[in-house]
Amino acid sequence: MKYTAWEDFVPGKWSDDEVNVRDFIQRNYTPYEGDDGFLEGPTEATKKLWSEIMELSARERAAGGVLKADTKIVSQVNSHKAGYIDRELEKIVGLQTDEPFKRALQPFGGIRMAEEALNMYGYEIDPQVKEIFTKYRKTHNDGVYDAYTPEMRRARSAHILTGLPDTYGRGRIVGDYRRVALYGVDYLIARKQEDKLHMDGVMTPDKIRDREELSEQIKALSALKEMALAYGIDISRPAENAKEAIQWLYFGYLGAIKDQNGAAMSIGRNSTFLDIYIERDLRRGVLTEREAQELIDQFVMKLRIVKFMRIREYNELFSGDPTWVTESIGGMGVDGRTLVTKNSFRILHTLKNLGPAPEPNLTVLWSKNLPAGFKKFCAKTSIETSAIQYESDDLMRPEMGDDYCIACCVSCMRVGKDMQFFGARANLAKCLLYAINGGKDEIAKDKKTGKAMQVSPMYAPVLGDGPLDYAEVKTKYEQMMDWLAGLYVNTLNLIHYMHDKYSYEALEMALHDTEVRRFFATGIAGLSCAVDSLSAIKYAKVYPVRNEEGLAVDFKIEGDYPKYGNNDDRVDEIAVWLVKTFMTKIKSQYTYRQSVPTMSILTITSNVVYGKKTGNTPDGRRAGTPLAPGANPMHGRDSSGALASLESVAKLPYEYSRDGISNTFSVTPASLGKDD
Amino acid sequence: MSLTGHIHSFESFGTVDGPGIRFVVFMQGCPMRCLYCHNPDTWAVGAGTEYTAEEVASRVLKYKNYFAGGGGITVSGGEPMLQAEFVRELFTLLKARGIHTALDTSGIMFSAENSRAFDGLLEVTDLVLLDIKHIDDGEHKKLTGHSNKNILAFAGYLARINKPVWIRHVLVPGITDDDGCLSRLKAFISPLSNIRKVEVLPYHTMGEVKYNKLGMPYALEGVRPPEPDRVKNAREILSIK
Repeated sequence: MKYTAWEDFVPGKWSDDEVNVRDFIQRNYTPYEGDDGFLEGPTEATKKLWSEIMELSARERAAGGVLKADTKIVSQVNSHKAGYIDRELEKIVGLQTDEPFKRALQPFGGIRMAEEALNMYGYEIDPQVKEIFTKYRKTHNDGVYDAYTPEMRRARSAHILTGLPDTYGRGRIVGDYRRVALYGVDYLIARKQEDKLHMDGVMTPDKIRDREELSEQIKALSALKEMALAYGIDISRPAENAKEAIQWLYFGYLGAIKDQNGAAMSIGRNSTFLDIYIERDLRRGVLTEREAQELIDQFVMKLRIVKFMRIREYNELFSGDPTWVTESIGGMGVDGRTLVTKNSFRILHTLKNLGPAPEPNLTVLWSKNLPAGFKKFCAKTSIETSAIQYESDDLMRPEMGDDYCIACCVSCMRVGKDMQFFGARANLAKCLLYAINGGKDEIAKDKKTGKAMQVSPMYAPVLGDGPLDYAEVKTKYEQMMDWLAGLYVNTLNLIHYMHDKYSYEALEMALHDTEVRRFFATGIAGLSCAVDSLSAIKYAKVYPVRNEEGLAVDFKIEGDYPKYGNNDDRVDEIAVWLVKTFMTKIKSQYTYRQSVPTMSILTITSNVVYGKKTGNTPDGRRAGTPLAPGANPMHGRDSSGALASLESVAKLPYEYSRDGISNTFSVTPASLGKDD
Repeated sequence: MSLTGHIHSFESFGTVDGPGIRFVVFMQGCPMRCLYCHNPDTWAVGAGTEYTAEEVASRVLKYKNYFAGGGGITVSGGEPMLQAEFVRELFTLLKARGIHTALDTSGIMFSAENSRAFDGLLEVTDLVLLDIKHIDDGEHKKLTGHSNKNILAFAGYLARINKPVWIRHVLVPGITDDDGCLSRLKAFISPLSNIRKVEVLPYHTMGEVKYNKLGMPYALEGVRPPEPDRVKNAREILSIK
């Protein structure tokens, strides 16, 4: 054994000169097939600490959403001195700044956005910081705008490309924070230094960048040690017990959120890993179940108060202030053993001990083979708290193995082995209108002429008074999607180049393998609206209503047409075709850093904002009204009940949408039957 | 070409009309005019969309996997026994595929004179969900526009042929929640050995908006759903356990 910290662990590849957390878990974890009878309630310290946090939350709300904001210290891994909520009570320590609920200043994504966010809440950015970040230090946002083409700017302002991470941190990268606990930081630094030695040969721009990034990673790890030392804790060595393991892991995550204000800052798949330490302590008689639950409760408390300084529009877009601290729980191992442990129960039990909360986003990786006791506990906790997210482990495991996690809400990656370039989404409903109108936007105006903005090159529009011919519209739609896919991927290539250059996630990437698989995560919005529109054109008669410019700005529908969401193959096949077609077009593009293209269909709340920027559509939807979220049918059109609606969505091919498909589905308890 | 049925709508995820997850077919057309009816749009006879039994059966069979926990098809309405031949054909097709069949009916089509007329349908029906709206004939007439004589006779007939039945009773404050009448209802169903379950369905106001849409007056305007203790009370009185 290299370290005394590893005593009583079964050795293997993980302890044998290879950073391999999965191997450690597989050799050491204890599957749990029992029920929730062992769980403990919150301790007095937990209750008191939580009530102090609730008090701070109340004050934050009263203050209009932000209690305090840092205007001077630029947030970095080791930028702040230690901060506490109540030092006496805290078992797990560490805050984003030196005070609880004080939001950090994170200008590397874009200085304007950081300044604007402060102004909105009545703060002024320190003039020196502003000067540094305008005169001497370029940001990601500046880089992107220096390189954007006029066409990219048009597509962005017309909102056919929406939510692009060009003014804010891209997020969605999940460090393997378990490595901090299992190996300690010194070991991780040593391994990275070794990797850097081997990164030799012809100094192509790619290799130079790789070497520079690796140096950044090593520096970030050193900074992480300093950050922990501010709390009097030395994480250069591996964690020796459960409390340390949780603390070390949390410090890893804390470093990441101090470094990056990403759109989604997920935490990975940690519960079962931590269970190994808890089990060892329980066996050694140095920890009780009550104390174990207290550690998990307090760990979760910290994840609940992750906060970023963001502009109000951002919060509007996402209907809240989400941080997407997603923790993936449970699932099955590829060897058939369940990955559910007692700690899978403990982390879900925080919803009871602390009360329900949207963050951390507790996500159960569901398999039909999960132990019955766990399934039952999940169902019970869902009924009581409505705060668990479920995703199909059976669907993801074959492709991703059994040590993947969810970033944001549906996007899966192998922990420490995959990263992704978050790509927001392209609006396919608007793209269909472009196909009809030859690439002129139905809402956006050209500033010079005052006429409709020509966003794409001048394609031939659909002429005449209709009815619209399905074959013609479909052909023109395919051509327009060719243009859109090319532009979209190119725009993202440029954005991620700049993000790597000016706002590189050094700490998160330090907690990845040096050879990492990169996903190029594109997305689509407006699927059901586009599909129903095509169905209307195919099965009913749709007449364009033209304005004085000749632009089709409205549509009259004669007759009825099958609508997506009713398990009707006539229209569901159009949805399948559209997903396959667009993804195929995405795949044929060059993607930055040999990344693997993927696609998601997952707007959760931003569909409302995207709908605002989309004109009348041939399905009868009115201009400005919301598109459906994710892969959902259009609101109210799934008139054959829940199963029909779900079956329609389930036809969408996952292999063409590997970054995830979401369907927002609400039920009232009464509609699930009459008994509990 | 087989017989067609007039259908109002489908629900692929019914969880309150019979056991398990159920595909519910709402038939179009009903002779009753219950004051609390929350589907007045199913009243008109001859309206709706026409489907053949095969078309409906193939729709239902798409959801066979979901019926594993004891679910199946429920034909509701409207009044399904108005189109008994169609429902018989549909149930026959589905029973051949092992699907559990339930008939959600008011029983109003039955009479002592035609008592054998529905035997064919009942043969392919696994469970009857029988609504008894009011045990008092006078009150029943006020509430539905019809006597309850045939409905009670149908309950008796189902007992004679030993067909499994769930009795359902909609609880409307001030109209159907009188303790005396509930006790009389209980006394009526107690001797029937084929009753598997008695369900008390609390009246709700979700139908009101449909009346407004259809431009029809809503007779129960201002009537609120029953208080939980009244629901509990009714369940206790009617309990068959």
